[in-house]
Amino acid sequence: MSTKDFVTGMDSNARKSPRRVAFITRRTSAQVKVADEETLQTFPEVLFRAAVAIEVMAIGLVTMALLFNAPLEGIADPSHTPNPAKAPWYFLGLQEMLHYFPPVVAGVLVPGLVVMALIVIPYFNINIEAEGIFLKDRQRRLQIFYIATGALILFLLLFHVFVALVPTLIVAAFMILAAQSSPQSSSALRRYLASKPLSYWIMSWFLFELAVLTAIGTFFRGPGWSWVWPWRS
Amino acid sequence: MAKTVDQYFDNLRDTRVWRSIFRSGTGSSTLKRSLAIQQNVFLHLFSTKVRRRMVSFSATWYLGTLTLGTFLILVVTGILLMLYYHPSVPQAYADTKDLQFVVSSGLFLRNLHRWSAHAMVFLVFAHMFKVFYRGAYRPPREFNWVIGVVLLLVTLLLSYTGYLLPWDQLAYWAITVGSNIASAVPVFGDKIHFMLLGGNLVNANALLRFYVLHCMILPLAAIFFIAIHFWRIRKDGGLYALSSEPSTLQKAALAKEAR
Repeated sequence: MSTKDFVTGMDSNARKSPRRVAFITRRTSAQVKVADEETLQTFPEVLFRAAVAIEVMAIGLVTMALLFNAPLEGIADPSHTPNPAKAPWYFLGLQEMLHYFPPVVAGVLVPGLVVMALIVIPYFNINIEAEGIFLKDRQRRLQIFYIATGALILFLLLFHVFVALVPTLIVAAFMILAAQSSPQSSSALRRYLASKPLSYWIMSWFLFELAVLTAIGTFFRGPGWSWVWPWRS
Repeated sequence: MAKTVDQYFDNLRDTRVWRSIFRSGTGSSTLKRSLAIQQNVFLHLFSTKVRRRMVSFSATWYLGTLTLGTFLILVVTGILLMLYYHPSVPQAYADTKDLQFVVSSGLFLRNLHRWSAHAMVFLVFAHMFKVFYRGAYRPPREFNWVIGVVLLLVTLLLSYTGYLLPWDQLAYWAITVGSNIASAVPVFGDKIHFMLLGGNLVNANALLRFYVLHCMILPLAAIFFIAIHFWRIRKDGGLYALSSEPSTLQKAALAKEAR
């Protein structure tokens, strides 16, 4: 059979690949796109792990439900407004912004833009790029960064949003450190920062602002949305 | 020799009735285990195999799985709570009080529902950020990311509509504050506000609307999008694992090596 131009092979490991027949012609080679790597059967191994994870969490939630009671206040009374009237905790970041900006900005424009921004993330190459932001075209990108950050800081100062200024300055400081670093830097932190793309920085800033504004709305706001210290009630 | 539990289970799986329901039959070969997934209307949303390193805790922190877990707890406790609840004013508040003091385990049910709801909102956010930082939103998974954003909004709305149902001061004023934001929408603001509440103020109509949204429309929407979300994981090549495929990152690395 010297004229044969393809060989037939069957994986001898039936557990690994049941009924897998491969035809490999002599002239072409199979295009290997994905490295073969070890897999687990979803049933039962992965489902079992998922069930254990959910059960552990359920135990935690049940314990919490036994120890702490859900809040229940007096019956709804339209004529008696509590001070402050607070939204659920996940909207307190928004409510905190309502304190600084007109409702159409804080309540409509900002959340609308956030949702739009989240949706379009995977559709822009700049977000798919995984290269450090300052590794290419450093001078021009630094200029754009300084102008954009400066404008944002001015904007926040103009509306007296000092609480949102802190995360902005911290993230900006890390970005400047990233610009001063390179993949050859000696410290691991600097190598890490240098490798981060623009999308990473924007998302981290968003996460930081979200956490800070929500925490302030939850713990640091009292009557008339005035600043209070939670340990001095 | 005494039979092991496994053997009893195998005998059960070999009976005519069991085989009429689950067709994959006895045995634990890879084929049978694959069939257990493929031939089940719910499980076939998942792929039959998962990369071993994606099962480790650090890969995903199991955040998506746990979010599903909270959703299941919420469905079960929610249905039980519905048995004791009338969405009318002022009966809603009296029913909540009864749950607290009269109904057996009513307090526990409500507590579990409330804490699970908070946990779900938190887990959905955590899941989103984890997926982002892993870069798992990148093509070909971009549409599943969008479905995820939709599920985030559905979760927030589910939690928000449920917030009103106890009809206490906390509920009433939180919804008043929240729904007033809708009025800020240019041109149609007041119309949207009116449609949301069924009136100009939070009242009995608003309670009924929020009840229908909370117990019917939004859960169905959530189930619909969760199904697509899971199915797309399989269709998009399984859970995203770094360098499991020629991603942009790898291409860049390969190009660098070639240079």
